[in-house]
Amino acid sequence: MTELILFNVTNGLIIGAFYVLMALGLSLILNLSNVINFAHGNFLALGGYLAFTLQPALGYWGALLVSPLITALIGLIVERLMIRRVYDRDPVYSLLLTFGFAFVLQDVARYVWGPNGLPLGLPDFLSQPISSNLFFITWYRVFMVAVVVVAVVGLFGFLRYSPVGVRIRAGTLDLETVASLGVNISALRTFNFAVGCMLAGLSGVLAAGQIGLNPNMGDDLLMPSFIAIIVGGVGSLMGTLFGGLLIGLAAALTTVVYPAASEAVIYAIMMLVLLVRPRGLMGEEGMMS
Amino acid sequence: MTTDIADNMQVTAKPDGRQIAVPRWAVLVVIWAILIAVPYWLPLLGGYTALAGRVLVFGLAAMGLNLLLGFTGVLSFGHAAYFGLGAYGAGLTLRYLAHSTPLAILNGTLLGGLAGTLFGLLIVRRRGVYFAMCTIAFGQLWYYLAYSWNDFTGGFDGLRDFQRAPIGFGPLRLDITAGGSEFYYFLLAIFAIAVALLGLLVRSPFGHTLRAIRENERRARFLAIPVERQIWLSFSISCFFTALAGTLYALLNNFADPLTLHYSLSGYFVVMCVMGGMRTFWGPLVGAAVFVVLQDYISSMTVNWMSFIGAIFVLVVLFFPRGLLGMRRLRVKR
Repeated sequence: MTELILFNVTNGLIIGAFYVLMALGLSLILNLSNVINFAHGNFLALGGYLAFTLQPALGYWGALLVSPLITALIGLIVERLMIRRVYDRDPVYSLLLTFGFAFVLQDVARYVWGPNGLPLGLPDFLSQPISSNLFFITWYRVFMVAVVVVAVVGLFGFLRYSPVGVRIRAGTLDLETVASLGVNISALRTFNFAVGCMLAGLSGVLAAGQIGLNPNMGDDLLMPSFIAIIVGGVGSLMGTLFGGLLIGLAAALTTVVYPAASEAVIYAIMMLVLLVRPRGLMGEEGMMS
Repeated sequence: MTTDIADNMQVTAKPDGRQIAVPRWAVLVVIWAILIAVPYWLPLLGGYTALAGRVLVFGLAAMGLNLLLGFTGVLSFGHAAYFGLGAYGAGLTLRYLAHSTPLAILNGTLLGGLAGTLFGLLIVRRRGVYFAMCTIAFGQLWYYLAYSWNDFTGGFDGLRDFQRAPIGFGPLRLDITAGGSEFYYFLLAIFAIAVALLGLLVRSPFGHTLRAIRENERRARFLAIPVERQIWLSFSISCFFTALAGTLYALLNNFADPLTLHYSLSGYFVVMCVMGGMRTFWGPLVGAAVFVVLQDYISSMTVNWMSFIGAIFVLVVLFFPRGLLGMRRLRVKR
């Protein structure tokens, strides 16, 4: 029983870490640009597939580094060409745009890399178990969590201390004022979108090592990421972080007791939060209400 | 206010004399004549009547959504949930409860509508994309429920083994079990009643307050319009209409599957509204017709129809945001 719980707790942390990485990217874009990026799961898949393609040339570590950057570049181009055009319009347009684009990206992945699952090879030592007692925890699981921690700390540090990061946070609160202070908000939003896509690409590479690659690999992560944002509170990245971990752990612990309800429990948490604390656990009062 | 109504209700010209005014009754006569004559002209174009049934069902769902989206200016991206709940409600009634089509329609509509009414209470204070995000996430709850509750709902394979039943009171009996034009006219009759109700709602004082909220929420509040309550009512009513469409969809196919609950379908409904013109009353029906025909055509041509549909979404948003019927208004304005 202890082992079962331990297994599910580690599982929950890992799943939660993925939700966090995914939801942070979504949240960044949502906060600054007021756009729900439906294609986020497809950027995740793209990151994974790019790593698969780059691996023979660059090795695993090279692919891990370069693939998120290329994903970010693609995100940047997409933002410049399409998404930028709908910022000033009714939110229905940005939703439809990213929603439709998600279909296109999914078919592109299917067309280029085929509809069947592909494995992403890992360096040998990462696939070893940590110890014979804890046979179910491979080094890769530890590694994934470590990378996510580094990425999250890096992101928060960047937003806290770098001039661009400060502008992004300020823009989240009041974009008009930031614009009137002479910040090029168009470029800021483009950059911010690219950072969000980079996080998606990174989670894609990590996820590919665990579950392999397929064109819809990001789809199952999209809804939990939405819920992580709602639970944590729109407008608060810290909230998104806790929201993601919370629902990841809650789903995993429910698996111990009653596996069939593991999916339902995160929706139950969302309903509870909307009922008791509609702005989310760490959301700002009045944000988007 | 009055010009606003003219904009939305009639697809007629502005009274500025630059275009010949088409009276509203003429527009209505044309629309209904086209719809009634479907079994006669559709086969000539190579279509089949079930396709027209799908247009009616999706059209009704989209018109129901449009009460919220186009007339109240509130974005729901989760209306497939209520559509699917309607479909499952009707299917489950026919399968487990009674062999009665009217009861199936009633139960399905109530199931979907009440689910929306209750959920609406939780989110009326949210706005914009946040509102949309809550509706998507809540909608997916039902998808997962239908998906994982295998014994009751048939799981991923969908709910089968039910048949729409003939309707009748004593000697008056309407056999709609065959797929032909009898069933199409049955759908059309329900569609007509629902659309008439929607039309009355849109033109009622209640409908005016919804448009006031859409145009300027703060000003509406200053006019003592209970904004939250109106949005909640609008959301609930639109859920009832979409659920009604869902029950008809289950009857049309004798089948309900989890994809009727999936947020992709919500997206299709929204694109139907936008493509047809979400600020117009009949736009969503036109959008549904275009969408259903395109989907039918493209999916018969290529396996990659998803990317074509997706590309159409992108193109509509970027180059065609006012929709087919909205375009007319644009031209008149200039």
